[in-house]
Amino acid sequence: MLVEWIIKSVVIVLFMTAGFAYVTLYERRLLARMQTRIGPNRAGPFGLLQPVADGIKLIFKEELVPHNADKLIFTLAPVITVIPALIITAVIPWGDTLTIGGTKITLYLTDVNIGILYLMAVTSISVYGITLAGWSSNNKYALLGGLRATAQMISYELALGLSFVGPILIAGSMSLLDIVKAQSSIPFILLQPAGFIIFFLASLAEVNRAPFDMPEAEQELTAGYHVEYSGMKFALFFMAEYIKLIAVAMIGSTLFLGGYQGPFVDQFPILGPVYLFAKVIIWLGVFIWLRATLPRIRYDRLMAFGWKIMFPIALLNVLVTAVVLVLVGG
Amino acid sequence: MLENYYPLLVILSIAVFLGFLVVALGVLFGPRRPTARKGAPYESGMVPYGEGRRRISVRYYLIAVLFILFDIEIVFFLPWAVVLRQLGVEGLIGMFLFVGVLLVGFVYVWKKGALEWE
Repeated sequence: MLVEWIIKSVVIVLFMTAGFAYVTLYERRLLARMQTRIGPNRAGPFGLLQPVADGIKLIFKEELVPHNADKLIFTLAPVITVIPALIITAVIPWGDTLTIGGTKITLYLTDVNIGILYLMAVTSISVYGITLAGWSSNNKYALLGGLRATAQMISYELALGLSFVGPILIAGSMSLLDIVKAQSSIPFILLQPAGFIIFFLASLAEVNRAPFDMPEAEQELTAGYHVEYSGMKFALFFMAEYIKLIAVAMIGSTLFLGGYQGPFVDQFPILGPVYLFAKVIIWLGVFIWLRATLPRIRYDRLMAFGWKIMFPIALLNVLVTAVVLVLVGG
Repeated sequence: MLENYYPLLVILSIAVFLGFLVVALGVLFGPRRPTARKGAPYESGMVPYGEGRRRISVRYYLIAVLFILFDIEIVFFLPWAVVLRQLGVEGLIGMFLFVGVLLVGFVYVWKKGALEWE
């Protein structure tokens, strides 16, 4: 058992790390195409070695620690940020049970019956690292960026949490495996269109992506909470951000797009991860497309949108879903 | 039941290990030549002025307190959503009462201007 867990955990962590490296390349290439540029294409075929080159460069960079920074927290903050990002997808099923030569292998690390609660808890933890980074840097831009990020993330977490309730209501379970199985006939995006849109917008704000990338507004905060970070510590923040992007796409695909479900997945369970990652790649493509299209939203409007529009609509969506479910049945 | 959670401990320890490993890589291989200028706060090349840790707007605290209130509400939603089919209309009425009380608070907060950001 332990060996199986270790292998699966290592696969998940390595997958997220490699995924991070190639999502940066995917973003740079796609964004470049959308801006009629070519993007990085020199390192390796199609620029495929570019993430490796970037990583090696960052390892050999000098790491600066500001004089008045709180050194312990300054060093710990990137680690605290990256840990939740790495473990959040542990409860997401990549597929059902696979049989190889008589032994059954489940294509998920673990199926906890409070999977959604786990997701919510881990997303909340990731706020700490960002706040601590902004505070410990002893830089007013970093402090402002950290505070903005915290206020934005906790505000949109309300709408995000409420958008989880719709799929739970329909599936009658918080286990992500049950939620995926409940979507075998019809994906929840068709039953919960409002919930899907709320999830999509709130998740954009949660991972600080354009058009909600206020915490990192380059033009006014010079980069926000990680302005004083360099070298591998900077790489950890970058890594956390992109891994959260993949994680959000995985969670969204699992909750609303049917997760690993797809044609012939019952006969060939090995197709499960393929479908899941195809959905994730499309989802990430939409994120990048949005970044290329939309300008940044003003901060007061961002907060007002989160509290005065997203939260009431999300609440209404939950109540309407519940009423329909009880009165009409389903 | 608890054995479902052991794998989460395994992946947590791997993630902690990886996080510290990356920091250690930078410390091991990166050069370290600090100077007074490098240690100064980065403010786009201008000479830094004022303190790095300044007083912050009370709005941020207000948002944090409101978040805790409404986040607990959402945590109440989750178990209710799982068993709503068994609870039926009674569960629905109960939740409407609960949400009604919270909505009064939400409207109060809104009218008081706690959600405005100047």
